Amino acid sequence: MSDKASRPPRETVDAIYRTESRRVLATLIRLLGDFDAAEEALHEAFTAAMEQWPRDGVPANPLAWLVSTGRFKAIDGMRRRARYDASLNELAKHIENTSSDPLEQKDEHIEDDRLRLIFTCCHPALTPEAQIALTLREVCGLTTEEIARAFLTKPATIAQRIVRAKAKIRDARIPYEVPLPSELPGRLDTVLHVVYLVFNEGYSASFGSSLTRADLSGEAIRLGRLLVQLLAEPEVMGLLAMMLLHESRRTARTSESGDLVLLEQQNRSLWNRDHIGEGVRLIERALASRRFGPYTLQAAIAAVHAEAPDTAETDWAQIVALYDLLFRADPSPIVELNRAVAIAMRDGPTKGLELVDKLLARGALANYHLAHAVRADLCRRLGKKADARASYERALVLTTQEPERRFLEKRLKELVDGTVS
Amino acid sequence: MKYLCLVYLEEKILNAMPQKERVALSDESMAYCDQLQKQGQLLAASPLHPVETATTVRVRDGKTVPTDGPFAETKEQLGGFLMIDVRDLNDAIRIAAQFPAARFGSIEVRPMKELGCA
Repeated sequence: MSDKASRPPRETVDAIYRTESRRVLATLIRLLGDFDAAEEALHEAFTAAMEQWPRDGVPANPLAWLVSTGRFKAIDGMRRRARYDASLNELAKHIENTSSDPLEQKDEHIEDDRLRLIFTCCHPALTPEAQIALTLREVCGLTTEEIARAFLTKPATIAQRIVRAKAKIRDARIPYEVPLPSELPGRLDTVLHVVYLVFNEGYSASFGSSLTRADLSGEAIRLGRLLVQLLAEPEVMGLLAMMLLHESRRTARTSESGDLVLLEQQNRSLWNRDHIGEGVRLIERALASRRFGPYTLQAAIAAVHAEAPDTAETDWAQIVALYDLLFRADPSPIVELNRAVAIAMRDGPTKGLELVDKLLARGALANYHLAHAVRADLCRRLGKKADARASYERALVLTTQEPERRFLEKRLKELVDGTVS
Repeated sequence: MKYLCLVYLEEKILNAMPQKERVALSDESMAYCDQLQKQGQLLAASPLHPVETATTVRVRDGKTVPTDGPFAETKEQLGGFLMIDVRDLNDAIRIAAQFPAARFGSIEVRPMKELGCA
């Protein structure tokens, strides 16, 4: 506390806002039973801190002080407005009677409040878009403008999504609770999916000219770390590990001119070893539990790459084996496509092409640009120029990403010019 | 909190069921409703006659205009309802998920407003 007290109070309040505001909010939502009332109370609590802390000093437990002040201000505000709306008096009385002041007695629920907030924001009765917007707003504290910029949409669209989600939480009475153990696996899947979507949006932006949007991936990793800390389930660790291992390659996967660099050509000395180390330790913990799932397996695949000095020395047999397990846990055509790539690396392009052609013939990935890009690459390696060209052209029609488009155009040009890359 | 659970299903599926299966389904549904009632969570429930019996009523320019058929023609039809009184949406979802028709139909869970229509 002493170093905090010696700093100028304004800075101290700002620093506490950055580290504690989401925690304060999470508890205020439980105490007040309403998102909007809690946000208003949070704002009032910090305004009060700005006034009082410079004068009286920073309290011993700033978190409890802020929650207590916010709760008091909310009750006080309801009493004042009760002149116009008598029901508010009842509500104020109800809140006072059913919730305790954290400054007066220990509130053992506080630790779970952030988890309650996450599960409520990611409730399956909300649309995935609403889950993402609400989580980034309430759990991560991003502004609607920041969320809109990250998702290349208008702030009004995001604001509307958040307003609608909060209205549904209130009107349909979505409870503020951590799910029962019997319902946890399904509910946790939804939470992990939201974190995964946020990460993915940041890692390989689906539209636009920038291949990576580091801030979103960083938010997703922060969320992953928070979740591991609150709920150390194997798949939570698996997801965080997967995100860290992909993130470790961020600088290596785009060139200085913003072009895509394939795994094969990446300068592996640029990979972030701290991220890799943290990811590998998480995978070991998740695997030891024997209750791991698709996220842990995807992380394990990324870890095999992370530990190989180059493509040639990569343990492709192990990667194929992991894809086999992954396909059993998550039988999707995308997993099959990735497995086909690994088999091509282990057994040669002919075997890989056979699998990709079968997959495309089934139609599931007919409009997925990467399936055609993979086919093009395998044909190129087999010297089937006409086939390669047709597939590159198909992939180009289907991709929406600028760096990918440039990469495919370059490959196509090399093929036509006869230069070898 | 009161919720109206609207049970939608394809009447075709019911009609195609062997008599024995249909009776078993009906018994299971009724037993479930009895159980909810004993727990104090059920306010009312009923299956509905098939959608061909539906009449939709509108008043336009002061004239009552009843028309034959449901409000909207959809693949699944409103086959019945349960009106429940439970703590929150999670409880409502749990109850809806255990209703037999949820296995082949869909249940729309709608929170009921406490006071008035405003």
